[in-house]
Amino acid sequence: MRRTLQGIFNHAVAMIASLIMFIPVYLVIVNSLKTKAEASSMGVELPAVPQWQNFAIVIERGKLVTAFGNSLLYAVAATAIGVTLAALAAYVLSRNRTPFNRFIYFFIIMGIAMPTNFVTLTRVMQWVHLINTQFGIIVLYAAAQIPFNVFLIYAFVETLPRELDEAAIIDGCSPFRLFFYVVFPLLTPVLVTAGVLNLLGIWNEFLLPLYYLNRSTYWPMTLAVYNFFGQYQADWSLVSADVLLTILPVIVIYLLAQRFLLSGMVAGAVKG
Amino acid sequence: MKSRAYPFYFAGGALGLYLLFYVLPSVMGFYYAFTDWNSYSSEVNFVGLANLKLIFASGQGYLLFIKNTVVFTVATILTKTVIALGLAVLLTSGLKRLAHFHRVIMYLPAVLPMLVVSLIFKSILNPATGLLNTFLREVGLGFLAQKWLVDVHWAMPSVIGVDTWRGAGYIMVILIAGIQAIPKDYYEAAAIDGASGWNAFRHVTLPLLMPVLAVTTVLNLLYGLKVFDIVFVLTNGGPGRATDTVYTVIFDEFSKGRYGVATALSSILFLVMIGLGYFVIRFMHREETR
Repeated sequence: MRRTLQGIFNHAVAMIASLIMFIPVYLVIVNSLKTKAEASSMGVELPAVPQWQNFAIVIERGKLVTAFGNSLLYAVAATAIGVTLAALAAYVLSRNRTPFNRFIYFFIIMGIAMPTNFVTLTRVMQWVHLINTQFGIIVLYAAAQIPFNVFLIYAFVETLPRELDEAAIIDGCSPFRLFFYVVFPLLTPVLVTAGVLNLLGIWNEFLLPLYYLNRSTYWPMTLAVYNFFGQYQADWSLVSADVLLTILPVIVIYLLAQRFLLSGMVAGAVKG
Repeated sequence: MKSRAYPFYFAGGALGLYLLFYVLPSVMGFYYAFTDWNSYSSEVNFVGLANLKLIFASGQGYLLFIKNTVVFTVATILTKTVIALGLAVLLTSGLKRLAHFHRVIMYLPAVLPMLVVSLIFKSILNPATGLLNTFLREVGLGFLAQKWLVDVHWAMPSVIGVDTWRGAGYIMVILIAGIQAIPKDYYEAAAIDGASGWNAFRHVTLPLLMPVLAVTTVLNLLYGLKVFDIVFVLTNGGPGRATDTVYTVIFDEFSKGRYGVATALSSILFLVMIGLGYFVIRFMHREETR
């Protein structure tokens, strides 16, 4: 008897906790379909008549097509660059552990703790003529992911048998061929994990564009939403619709890749 | 042989980007921190310790946001760890069915953009129409309703609360993995000795989870010191400067064109975090080789 009561209590607590975690997303979904008047208090009630046109309105007024394209470009390009470069670095640093290489490894992963100096970075961006350019943002995002990616991939490279490398070297394989044809495919699980984490992180970020992109045509989704909120904060139905369109890709990627994501987070953190 | 098979230039791309866009600006910061660099004049003059004096000894409120940052960081470490630990134990030993479902839902806030989370909570915490106060009034707890983000005393706790909402599930997922890595035999041995429930948690789970708790604390610490988005959107440092943190003030100084002061602040944060980072890496490295 005591056991069943305890079980019911546990389920109730878990349900309440999940409910609290889900309510904000629920609010966004229902309010995105309401009229302006209905959504004024951002309540939990369902809309009387679903206002599907809200989405068309925000896509047009919020310039979401451009913003979506920008976010996609930044996230995909920076992730590809960041993961590839990090994989190359993690691989040689992990395989050839000279004292110098170990130092370089620790030097790079110090970047996980390092805060960005946005002010002097402006000056660097001016020097290399990348300020207010899309390429500049991509490069910055790629650079920002490198310490964590190197950390994650380095640990994974250790688990791959060296015999494979040796066999390939004896067969006369060049370092490039060895890496791209033999090692790279074996790294797939960790590359997917790092890639998903990078994609979500970049999609959600908005500090770098806030500092370094002053043209609204270059803005990603996050900055577009923030700006849209500034203009339409009296109309929560439109803000909700805008927000929902921004988080929809994130939620879809999360649900599809959650196994990689959860295992990757854990591999990175628990392994230490 | 080794250096031929694993040429160092493979690391060149990653190292180059990292040096140019992260290390170089940080190093430059130590020069500009001692100048009057600003957006109004193209000249940059050396001003000695003026910026540091302004921050630490001017009484202009700069110490307040350092305190705010520390309060935010310590408070979120505590709230997230306690809640995450409770939920992790619940989902690993309290329930059999639906545990995976709950885990997926509870982790969801962590993948949403902080900006969006903050926007939604801005409406939930609205004193007049927000869901939280409406709910409290409807269940007869109206006396608990506060002017959350607009009240000087409640703004910081509200920001901490929202951040806990977002981060607890993420920490929970890591702790769940840590708990699942504890061998079942330990619990069986404890059960034979008559320890179950709370005692098993205190004497088996908690001690064996310490290394994982250390990692989650470090993650929360590094995040807390760099907090920006949530404060920027929820309160923008207000009311007054009650919730200003290091990063929001740096952005504020930057937008006002006071680059020298902003850089000095950045450099102080850099020193603190690199110091912490160094200890963390040494600590984890020791754990690894042990």
